[in-house]
Amino acid sequence: MAEKGIGAAVPRKEDHRFVTGHGRYTDDINLPNQTHAVFVRSPHAHARITRIDKESALAVPGVIAVFTGADAQADGLGSLICGWMVRSRDGSDMKAAPHPVLAVDRVRYVGDPVAVVIAETLQQARDGAEALEVEYEELPAVTSVDRAHDGPLVHDDVPNNLIYDWELGDAAAVDAAFAKAARVVTQEHVQNRLVPNALEPRAAIGSYDAGSEEFTLYLTSQNPHVHRLVMSAFVAVAPEHKLRVVAPDVGGGFGSKIFIYNEECVVTWASRKIGGRPVKWREERSEAFLCDCHGRDHVTKAELALDAEGNFLALRVTTKANLGAYMSTFSSAVPTYLYATLLAGQYRTPAIYANVRAYYTNTTPVDAYRGAGRPEASFLLETLIDKAAREMGIDRAEIRRRNFIPKDAFPYQTPVALTYDTGDYEATLDRALELADYKGFPARKAEAERRGKLRGIGISCYIEACGIAPSQVAISLGAGVGLWESARIRCTHTGKVQVLTGAHSHGQGHETTFSQLVAEKLGVPYEDVEVIHGDTASTPIGMGTYGSRSLAVGGEAIMRACDKIIAKGAKIAAHLLEASEADIEFEAGVFRVKGTDKQKTIQEVIFTAYVPASYPEGVEPGMDESAFFDPPNFTYPAGTYVCEVEVDPETGTVSIETFVAVDDFGRVINPMVVEGQVHGGLAQGIGQALLEGAVYDDSGQLLTGSYMDYCMPRADDLPSFEVHTSPGTPTATNSMGVKGCGEAGAIGAPAAVINALTDAIGQRVEMPATPERVWRAIRTSSMPQAAE
Amino acid sequence: MPTVTMTVNGRQVSGEVEPRTLLVEFLREGLGLTGTHVGCDTSQCGCCVVHVDGKSVKSCTMLAVQADGAEVTTIEGLAADGQLHPLQQAFHENHGLQCGFCTPGMIMSSLELLQRNPDPTEAEVREWLEGNLCRCTGYHNIVKSILAAAAAMRGTAQAAE
Repeated sequence: MAEKGIGAAVPRKEDHRFVTGHGRYTDDINLPNQTHAVFVRSPHAHARITRIDKESALAVPGVIAVFTGADAQADGLGSLICGWMVRSRDGSDMKAAPHPVLAVDRVRYVGDPVAVVIAETLQQARDGAEALEVEYEELPAVTSVDRAHDGPLVHDDVPNNLIYDWELGDAAAVDAAFAKAARVVTQEHVQNRLVPNALEPRAAIGSYDAGSEEFTLYLTSQNPHVHRLVMSAFVAVAPEHKLRVVAPDVGGGFGSKIFIYNEECVVTWASRKIGGRPVKWREERSEAFLCDCHGRDHVTKAELALDAEGNFLALRVTTKANLGAYMSTFSSAVPTYLYATLLAGQYRTPAIYANVRAYYTNTTPVDAYRGAGRPEASFLLETLIDKAAREMGIDRAEIRRRNFIPKDAFPYQTPVALTYDTGDYEATLDRALELADYKGFPARKAEAERRGKLRGIGISCYIEACGIAPSQVAISLGAGVGLWESARIRCTHTGKVQVLTGAHSHGQGHETTFSQLVAEKLGVPYEDVEVIHGDTASTPIGMGTYGSRSLAVGGEAIMRACDKIIAKGAKIAAHLLEASEADIEFEAGVFRVKGTDKQKTIQEVIFTAYVPASYPEGVEPGMDESAFFDPPNFTYPAGTYVCEVEVDPETGTVSIETFVAVDDFGRVINPMVVEGQVHGGLAQGIGQALLEGAVYDDSGQLLTGSYMDYCMPRADDLPSFEVHTSPGTPTATNSMGVKGCGEAGAIGAPAAVINALTDAIGQRVEMPATPERVWRAIRTSSMPQAAE
Repeated sequence: MPTVTMTVNGRQVSGEVEPRTLLVEFLREGLGLTGTHVGCDTSQCGCCVVHVDGKSVKSCTMLAVQADGAEVTTIEGLAADGQLHPLQQAFHENHGLQCGFCTPGMIMSSLELLQRNPDPTEAEVREWLEGNLCRCTGYHNIVKSILAAAAAMRGTAQAAE
């Protein structure tokens, strides 16, 4: 292993600028002559717009322009889209309603943008927005997915607000299995709605250059090329080759910055409207709560059929998913292909059937949030299995062990479309139980009881599908784009290496991890590698970062571009060393004639490629190679999480005493970065379980619209985590054997916490299991109370 | 418009501000010190913490005119002579940051903790950070970084004695 190569816990390259205050986020950028935009948003969940009086705002000092939906429509701006077609079980297309960049005639959720006010200063834009007179005629609203079917119509031409009624699996086989089951365990549960809350609010600066007729957009984006594609091909803001999207440092995403939103389209378009002055917008946190896509929000009924020994026979799932007022960029895929396909979990359940109905409601659009579908699937399975174990009197670890897909069964075809690559689920379970001292739990519980506390332990064995995705599979399932990734390796005269990637880093540490990969692969010093990302003008077209795909897909593209560098280098080296190309071997940055000490360093070879004094015939000068990688399959990280909680029965407060995570991510490039990813995921998963939940009242007002009301995990809500990446089962899907690690924590943690809490108090509490809910549950529990 | 004068990172600065201008706006827009971030509008997230006269302050809760005559230190002023402050160094070494957006506030806030309590326990660190949100790290490595910085600073202090 090179000193800073694969497997080394190298501290991150990108840190220096962040710890010294020299990061460059979108809001840190100010362009000459820029103006400021503030959006006027609907205060109603559902209403008709009866009048907008632009003059009221234009009269405010400093206000330059006011634009409404009618203006955007008149200029031919198109609709925002949902890029993944999901079809109902009757074969009909999903009901994707138009989604104008500024509302036209109707508003459909609190926060729906109605107009934009552009002014010389931000304060003047705020004053103008406040002065803008908009009159509404309120309409009845529907906010909960349970009432959506018979509620007021969000879009007039979508009956019952039903977007699709989709199914996966063999219903007949499942029915047959249930008919002969010794036991059926049933559970109904809610997947609470979450607000992503990346700490950096979204921001955008659009600017139009009348000379070149080019648009530039600085944007908080996880995938600048996808933004460019959608904004040109569908919204028609600019031709694709005339639009440059730059995502500089981005302060967290978690999915919320994948999507193409109204505001970035509007500021880019508006810049041209006002004669080319840049238009800058940064959302307030309250706007982020209202307008950044939310996550989860399901209501589910799940039934598990078992034989008398606790073997799983079949699983039947019915889910209603709330997609909010409009379909966001990838929203259709989340409760379907990213959810129901994961319902086999780590188990060999032979028959699975899922029916998912997705609905419009008068709420913020819902789309992918860290884990996206997989936390919902994992929570369903892992809490249902716990319930089965409790009802049948089987140890919770044992019932899992009994049903695991055995380690010699891979590749394993599940009944819900996926083929798992590799895994050893018993190994991660065993290790986690050992680290958590599962055997010693009864003693700790007894000790807690003596102190008047209720103690519980919970296990969660999650799986996820990462490395999105094999393009042909995704497209055959409805994806509107291929999901390959790209890389370009550009060497310089002096032997430095620039890595241009289509992936985007917003906290994941790509600059470090990708440098490690390239340093090891090409045998160049780590310090000589520079990773460039986030600018459509300089990076190759790529699909961006989400679904834990950057390394498994983007990293592999880098490896393949490096292979081309090495192959070309071998030709040049053979010429320089007067040997046959077949006799050249490459190792640790040196081309050598096999069995001799005749050699050239990669830097010498790169120099020769640019200064070809003596050069092989037919070989192009230069050392600059690109590669695209389309993976043959997803990767399937899996692991076991064990959580131990203590509950104060007097207050309902839940305290996480220990949290052990054992993950199989395949090969790990930088263990420090990987563990950091797990920590963050765990915090979000624990947040979902105990703290976070977006709440609407019946009129559609978001009651949890600020950090005062929406409970974000804070340092003293969380324990120190014990995170281990097991030696693992490397995947064959890419040459590195890596599987992806960005979402695991958020996927596996909620069930571990809730199972521990259920173990402590004797019944499952809906998420978020707030002290009030827990306290009420304890009051009604049949379990004996701890000694008072 | 009123004029404010203050010392920021050791340099005397002054500027005209609207009375409603927040200190963070003056620092970011007026002085171009964009290391201090704005992450919320309710003074909850702590991304904007700076030191005013030696105390950590959320610069979004203070008007620029209130800082008239004050001594202000921002994240840009923490490293001395190109040498990272032990807290900055510890955040780097312990992977105490991911996206980096909360980091300046985390560092400026924990700086006051370590000035008050050079040897905090893990629980004390976690409690102190109540006013700072991070969405990336789960706080695990932030806490580790602050404890490591405390140890490093105690070591330096002892060596100097």
